Amino acid sequence: MQVPAPFEYARAGNVAEAIGLLERLGSSAKLVAGGHSLLPMMKLRLANFEYLIDINDLHGELGYITVASDQIRIGAMTRHRELLESAPLLAAFPIFRDAEHVIADPVVRNRGTLGGSLCQADPSEDLSAVCTTLDASCVIQGSGGQRVVSMAEFHRGPYETAVGDDELLIEIRLPLRAGGSSAYEKVERRAGDWAVVSCGAALWMDGGTIAEARVGLAAVGPNTTGIPAIGELLRGKAPSDELFREAGALASSSCSPVTDLRGTEEYKRHLAGELTRRTLSTCVARIKQGV
Amino acid sequence: MTAVEDRPAGFVDNDQKPVGYGRMLRKEDPRFIRGMGRYVDDINLPGMLHLAILRSPVAHARIISIDTRAAEAHPKVKAVVTGAILAEKGLAWMPTLSNDVQAVLATDKVRFQGQEVAFVVAEDRYAARDALELIEVEYDILDPVMDVRKALEPGAPLIRDDLEGKKDNHCFDWETGDAAATEAVFAKADVVVSEDIVYPRVHPAPMETCGCVADFERVEGKLTLWTTSQAPHAHRTVYALVSGLPEHKIRVIAPDIGGGFGNKVPIYPGYVCAIVASLVIGKPVKWTEDRSENLVSTGFARDYIMRGEIAATKDGKILAIRTNVLADHGAFNGTAAPIKYPAGFFGVFTGSYDLEAAYCKMTAVYTNKAPGGVAYACSFRITEAVYLVERIVDCLAYQLDMDPAELRLKNFIQPDQFPYTSKTGWVYDSGDYEPAMRLAMDMIGYDELRKEQAEKRAKGELMGIGISFFTEAVGAGPRKDMDILGLGMADGSELRIHPTGKAVLRVSCMSQGQGHETTYAQIVAEEIGIPPADIQVVNGDTDNTPFGLGTYGSRSTPVSGAAAALVARKVRDKAQIIASGMLEVSVADLEWDKGSFHVKGDPSKSVTIQAIAMRAHGAGDLPEGIEGGLEAQICYNPSNLTYPFGAYICVVDVDPGTAQVKVRRFVAVDDCGTRINPMIIEGQVHGGLTDGVGMALMEMISFDEDGNCLSGSLMDYLIPTALEVPEWETGYTVTPSPHHPIGAKGVGESATVGSPPCVVNAVMDALKPFKVRHADMPLTPSRVWEAMQGRTRPPI
Repeated sequence: MQVPAPFEYARAGNVAEAIGLLERLGSSAKLVAGGHSLLPMMKLRLANFEYLIDINDLHGELGYITVASDQIRIGAMTRHRELLESAPLLAAFPIFRDAEHVIADPVVRNRGTLGGSLCQADPSEDLSAVCTTLDASCVIQGSGGQRVVSMAEFHRGPYETAVGDDELLIEIRLPLRAGGSSAYEKVERRAGDWAVVSCGAALWMDGGTIAEARVGLAAVGPNTTGIPAIGELLRGKAPSDELFREAGALASSSCSPVTDLRGTEEYKRHLAGELTRRTLSTCVARIKQGV
Repeated sequence: MTAVEDRPAGFVDNDQKPVGYGRMLRKEDPRFIRGMGRYVDDINLPGMLHLAILRSPVAHARIISIDTRAAEAHPKVKAVVTGAILAEKGLAWMPTLSNDVQAVLATDKVRFQGQEVAFVVAEDRYAARDALELIEVEYDILDPVMDVRKALEPGAPLIRDDLEGKKDNHCFDWETGDAAATEAVFAKADVVVSEDIVYPRVHPAPMETCGCVADFERVEGKLTLWTTSQAPHAHRTVYALVSGLPEHKIRVIAPDIGGGFGNKVPIYPGYVCAIVASLVIGKPVKWTEDRSENLVSTGFARDYIMRGEIAATKDGKILAIRTNVLADHGAFNGTAAPIKYPAGFFGVFTGSYDLEAAYCKMTAVYTNKAPGGVAYACSFRITEAVYLVERIVDCLAYQLDMDPAELRLKNFIQPDQFPYTSKTGWVYDSGDYEPAMRLAMDMIGYDELRKEQAEKRAKGELMGIGISFFTEAVGAGPRKDMDILGLGMADGSELRIHPTGKAVLRVSCMSQGQGHETTYAQIVAEEIGIPPADIQVVNGDTDNTPFGLGTYGSRSTPVSGAAAALVARKVRDKAQIIASGMLEVSVADLEWDKGSFHVKGDPSKSVTIQAIAMRAHGAGDLPEGIEGGLEAQICYNPSNLTYPFGAYICVVDVDPGTAQVKVRRFVAVDDCGTRINPMIIEGQVHGGLTDGVGMALMEMISFDEDGNCLSGSLMDYLIPTALEVPEWETGYTVTPSPHHPIGAKGVGESATVGSPPCVVNAVMDALKPFKVRHADMPLTPSRVWEAMQGRTRPPI
């Protein structure tokens, strides 16, 4: 059995209390939500903290999915399973259903949270790719108030985020726009593995032409990667296999994967293209089917 | 009999359980399913201390100094021990199962990442682990030898400078077959195909890691060791030889074992450390390794680089097979194999085919990797041999553009050739290969699948059909040929019938989940007519079972199973004499009717085995010369190995865009001779097939060039889940072993042996449009895609 180094444990009852503890303990403390990444790292002693602040009691305050006319707001403590079971969220963004089905296993999904997934900032993490695809913004709270950052600003490198030592990610906001759909595909060596490459796509139609398109790739760079050039390529054009192949080629050449045990750089570039093509096509098919 | 067995709709009902062979639920399962199994880590003794091991962070380095003062000052630490301290007691080195030596704790150098350097004993597990971080070791880093192909190059760093006169990293050479005769056949052959085939290093990864509780009781001077051991008796003898404790003062107990797969055959330094700690401190000491320790330091498997060559006529008659093998044995040669067989039973690489000649030359080397080469359900390297032959035969089919089923059918050893002596000297006991092959082809619908494949290929879809036909040699083994460290591979067995007709069978082998408590009860039930529920099977305690060499290499049923049947017959013989007294007829006038003796021609005059048992223990006279009681003990020495075989066919679909492999169907037809409990056999087969899919598609212990093991967790070392495997379809034929008392052959490793080539052959078949003949395991999506690009030797 792997055992962690000694640490002190505190349990925050609400957001204000969590921020108060963080202000007092600074970088010697770490928040734990679902704990599926943090606890194994602590047991392997790759992560050693003096204090662990358990924020699971914040689920009442930060576990919500609220649909407004222009956006969906999701509390940071919302669990994977709650995302997967939210009919309004899945209706607006079917990408969540695709992604959640390939995230780990039901046991993990019962406990893991959206905020925890984003704050872990793993370059292969699925919900980060989903949020990048959907142009999400992140609400960060400190004692001085709230600030809102884009996904590109939120992730600052592998395992690094814009959240300060005395701050808390409290909410994720997804802008709503009519006439679109979304999709997600992941290639993994085995169920529950991190992605070799995964790709999210969201696409909006205006009549017969593409009004807007976004792609979010995971595991092919230091953070999940949105490729704005794909949107520029697709806007105003009619969807076609050839066009999406071109978008795929753009994804292949724009990402920066490295060779590791999950695959060679060449293979990952190929997958970035292949999955971009597939997910964009799925978006169009779903729009046609009205899902 | 050759048929697909009629399976009952649901699980069998134990109210209809057989007296003897047949389907019945496992007797051990109620405690396992309820979480009531008792494993080593469940053993907690009063005053017990905890041991943790400091391991080398580097693959190859000289130890300059070790400073343990800060660790010793930890308030909960009882002892900190280094290799230097063990060396003073002569315990720094221990023998391996292959007559090499292995460091218990490093004294001079560390030779692989994860090697044991020091240990701490503390009041609890947390404190022991914390104190490890207080030990300071200064290393002088040396270049490691990680590429087995470069291990023998002049100027390669010398790993084993502890061995006197050792100048290079050579471990051993071995050859079998006839080099000249094989060369002559190759020279005249129409077709010769050669291929470099790598069986990568993989790991058994049992769910329960290794561990022990050592308890030295000072007054009696007796050591009790609860331990994760597949071979408790062999371990006891080795501990006696190493520690100097007299053997009768050592009791080894293996409680429930959470999977072994060969991982729990060797003696690991951790066990020795815990014993030493208990001897010195006088308190019980527990050591339980964690998952990473298990993956990086304990017995790996495979790691053979094989050049395979096959010679044939142009119409597909296979003439000869030749192979040159480079074997990576890691830092110490810890292979568990009979001592005359340094490459295990790799000699069966001639497979199921009737050849004119065969030859193998093997060179084994040391590298800066974990020691072992133990097993992992390999029946002593048969996994490697079967992979080689079944892959190279498929390469020949590719070259001849011949159907791989047809090629195999054309070359099988024929039923009238058994017993068949192979060109490498193995005597196959019995076999009837074609019916098994035909059954597998019928079950999967082979001809229809080939049609479907042709249609799909025309549309650019990638579908593959893979075949493997394997023959194993298991049940080691005859004591004239086979021993482990001088201990003959015969198995004892003891059966006692209690006065009320209930029984206890004590066996020397050791279950790791195979269902011995049920299978052995059924073997005895079949012979003596007592219901399996009334027979308790005891294993895993050296004070309470007869001597024997343990469970690995599929030897339990071939060896201990034979012992169980024979000891039951011995008891039945005595029962017959007692019955003759009870019925007042001569012994020859009695007939046995599974559970009772009756007078020939008069079934109404009969006595049950239960009544005989009571008579044997009761008051009143027994026939002259017969002692009271109803029990016997025997030791079974097999006259030959047994040779199970099987025909496996699977279908895979490969996504042309992502190169992901999906195993769609898998048919496994096994012939393990007489079938004792078909449900348990199917369970063994299902597990082995899953194992095989894992090795074919995802499992590999990897290292970087600096010697770091990259597979130290189950997020990095992947083992398959239910989602990666199809619903297994099993069938069987029965060809009994002629020399085994009940005709059983063993099945524990058949599926692990047979399935990897089946899956790889299917993937290669799918990639035929890309002109891919071979690519190495594990066939991850990346490797498959690289092969589709013409790169079959990818960097990873």
